[in-house]
Amino acid sequence: MILLWLILVLLIGGVLAWLADYWYTPLCRWVSVATLAVDLWLGLRLWTLSPTNLALAANGPWVARLDWSWIPSFGIHFHLAADGLSVLMVVLTLALGLAAVAASWTEIRERVGFFHFNLLWSLAGTLGVFLAFDLFLFFFFWEIMLVPMYFLIAVWGDQRRIYAAVKFFLFTQGSGLFMLIAILGLVFVHHQATGVYTFDYFQLLGTHMAPRVAMWLMLGFFLAFAVKLPSLPFHTWLPDAYTAAPTGATVILAGAMAKTGAYGLIRFVVPLFPEAAHRFAPVAMALGVAGILYGAMLAFAQTDMKRLVAYSSISHLGFVLLGVFAWNLLALQGAVMQMIAHGFTAGALFIVVGAIEERLHTRDMGRMGDLWTRMPRMGAVGLFFALASLGLPGLANFVGEFLVLLGAYRVDVTLTAFAAVGLVTATAYALILVQKVFHGQPREQWQVPDLGRRHMTVMLAIIAIVVWLGVYPNPVLDTAQVAIAGLRQPVATVSSSGHKS
Amino acid sequence: MSAADLTALLPIIMLTAFTVVVMLTIAVRRNHWVTAALTLTGLAAAFASLAASASVAPRGVTPLLVADGYALFYSALILAAAFVVTVLLYGYLEDSDGQQEEMYLLLLTATLGAVVLVYSRHFASFFLGMEVLSVSLFAMIGYPLDKKAPLEAALKYLVLAGVASAFLLFGMALVYNQVGTLAFAHLGSMLQSGRYAGSPYLLAGVALVVVGIAFKLSVVPFHLWTPDVYEGAPAPVTAYLSTVSKGAMFALLLRYFMQADVYRSHHVMVAFSVLAIASMLIGNLLALLQNNVKRLLAYSSIAHMGYLLVAFMAGGTLAVVAVSYYLAAYFVMTLGAFGVVTVLSRRDRQRDADHIADYQGLFWQRPVLAGVFTLMLLSLAGIPLTMGFLGKFYALAAGVQHALWAPVIALAVGSIMGLFYYLRLIVAMFRTAPEQAPAGLALVRSSPVPVTGALALTGLAVALVWLGIYPSALLDVIHSTAAAFM
Repeated sequence: MILLWLILVLLIGGVLAWLADYWYTPLCRWVSVATLAVDLWLGLRLWTLSPTNLALAANGPWVARLDWSWIPSFGIHFHLAADGLSVLMVVLTLALGLAAVAASWTEIRERVGFFHFNLLWSLAGTLGVFLAFDLFLFFFFWEIMLVPMYFLIAVWGDQRRIYAAVKFFLFTQGSGLFMLIAILGLVFVHHQATGVYTFDYFQLLGTHMAPRVAMWLMLGFFLAFAVKLPSLPFHTWLPDAYTAAPTGATVILAGAMAKTGAYGLIRFVVPLFPEAAHRFAPVAMALGVAGILYGAMLAFAQTDMKRLVAYSSISHLGFVLLGVFAWNLLALQGAVMQMIAHGFTAGALFIVVGAIEERLHTRDMGRMGDLWTRMPRMGAVGLFFALASLGLPGLANFVGEFLVLLGAYRVDVTLTAFAAVGLVTATAYALILVQKVFHGQPREQWQVPDLGRRHMTVMLAIIAIVVWLGVYPNPVLDTAQVAIAGLRQPVATVSSSGHKS
Repeated sequence: MSAADLTALLPIIMLTAFTVVVMLTIAVRRNHWVTAALTLTGLAAAFASLAASASVAPRGVTPLLVADGYALFYSALILAAAFVVTVLLYGYLEDSDGQQEEMYLLLLTATLGAVVLVYSRHFASFFLGMEVLSVSLFAMIGYPLDKKAPLEAALKYLVLAGVASAFLLFGMALVYNQVGTLAFAHLGSMLQSGRYAGSPYLLAGVALVVVGIAFKLSVVPFHLWTPDVYEGAPAPVTAYLSTVSKGAMFALLLRYFMQADVYRSHHVMVAFSVLAIASMLIGNLLALLQNNVKRLLAYSSIAHMGYLLVAFMAGGTLAVVAVSYYLAAYFVMTLGAFGVVTVLSRRDRQRDADHIADYQGLFWQRPVLAGVFTLMLLSLAGIPLTMGFLGKFYALAAGVQHALWAPVIALAVGSIMGLFYYLRLIVAMFRTAPEQAPAGLALVRSSPVPVTGALALTGLAVALVWLGIYPSALLDVIHSTAAAFM
């Protein structure tokens, strides 16, 4: 039941926040904070639950599970479950949700209630994606989370909001349709083999199919996740959407929603189609490396501060793609770590950008400079996250990137070498950001207040998390490890049986 | 004719009886409210009598009609839709000068024709039902005689209906000439014998029948009349035309193909693939260019007919289930979308509220109304939490099961294109409202929604979400009808 409550609390909270607007506008924000706090508490409780031996087909420590029949004629169930990977993603999403609410506190002044409604509902959809273990339900949540996010961008975004919102929606929904076709294909292949209609993840694992069929179905899934992540050829929606969205929405988009793509790759693409994924791995890893370098290069070339951070996201998530398709324990742990680290650092950087934009009403770095003297706290925080972003040892991103490189090295040395260059390019764009914004000659005389107490609280909390994960990442790595071990199990059995035959 | 036969036909008898009653009432005394109430009673009585028919189903009555689960399901759908349209009509016609009552009479006869269509198992009854439906619709479209656009639309529809009927009749004649029967089931068994394989006359006959039906369904390339008629007709009539007329036709098409086993003809199925793909791609493409909401929905309905054809082409139980659910979803969301247009329009205005500009900023002025419209549009776009999503899911499932890859890919591509224009309309509603509402509509927009319209829209929205999230009840009904039908 705790899984259902995780989602329900957000849905109810969203409605309450909207209603609160009719009564007393500032109350919406507090309703959102309270909702997220309760939900985060639930999420953390889920983390501390001891893994119980729920009778699920795939091995792995399943901490909770809920299975109700939904559309019996098609074998569709309302099936939620959580293992370590899901739990980590849930906690990340909720923590970023709190940060997003704090970041929107003064930025959103119009239609506040409706804003928080959309914010909480998009988070609910995201949680659903992380918890759904019926492919139909998964797709359901996958689409659901887009709609409120679309409204967040289209109603509260900047001048190019409508173009960006439509582009975002088209890319993700369109690619999702191909995933739906692939899901249906998989279900019918399973039906042909067993005579049973089911959308259940655990029953569909290990479905036998012809290699060509597996490849097509795998590509259907990959397309949806690659767009969401985003991977290189499908990334063009990202800079527009991230830049046009209001800060709170960008934090969720970059921090939490992008992770659904990575999560999908880990949870579905490789376990469901192990052999096809194995054959496809060189291409995917190459796309990952290309993303790392291309994203870094474009980030370096930006003059718009928000766009710079957006392109750096492409670069960082390239590491995740690389790690997932290397598919060994180290690389996967690194990928999970990178997902979490990127969630926090990119989220925080977007909040800094948002705070600067709120004060200066511009994101053009050509008009900034020497802001450190005006806003020392902002400068310090910005520098910290820029350093985290470039992968400074001792901070979370370093752990993730290092583990990914270590794991990928065992699979493909050449690609890993190119990926490692990404660490250098990251230094370039991270430092150029700090240099142009906070140092150098002041281009204009800005008289602006420094970061306030609310922002500082959020920032310090994220700093603490990033340092903690950088210095002592074991709690996360351990949680991820057992889940990953469970995920890799079916892959191992399939490939070993393949050897026998 | 035995009592059981009469029971089986009770819905049709009810509709006929109430048509006469309404006609006599109008002759005695004109009263808008009484006429509307009587019409609603008639529709409700016909709906209730479905239960009685179900007790004797399946039962063939004369060689022409059959009351099986399939017929009853679609009759229920048609009667419910007619009920909703009547409710919407009342708010639309209220307060307008001139004669309002005959509209209800026409609506009842049109519904009678539609119900006969879904009961048909014979070309003769098929033709009868279709003509009753078309002639009534022609008068409904041109009902506001003082305006130019409805008259133009009515004339266009008349010409189209004539052409379609001609095609159909000629096709039926050719089929009869070859096979010597007009009953669907008999046709099927004759064809199964293989004696007529490769007969060019038979193929031509079937092709002409398909063309006639395609005209009615407004499938590309037989769609040219659709946007003009949709735009010209009064909004509630457009809703009726789009749902009841097309839905009944589609139900008949499916029955004809199932019972006469036209699925065996490779040529016909290839032709249908082409029609479906063309409808999905061209319908969506042309919808992108529209600034008129009614025209936009017209093109979107062309695309939706294409989606339905994908489900239809699969054949077998899944096709029946998919088409039935999709049609139910299509009814709800189309009635909802045109319902919103209706409640913002009045009969006595110069034009209906059908420009995109009319909807700018609606959400901030009428959040509930705009919310309902948003829901309907999201459903048309196939977004979860709505029936439209499940409908599309079933259509895709049917297509994938039978490996109809080209139509399935076209469906996906068409849906992506569809998002553009649905989102465009949604975005318009969420923009800031203009300083001055479009002339003539200002009053309608600020005046309260008619109670009847509000009730109808609420019901549709609840059905859309409830059956979109929890479709088991509806699916069980559909499955049982499909099973009986096979």
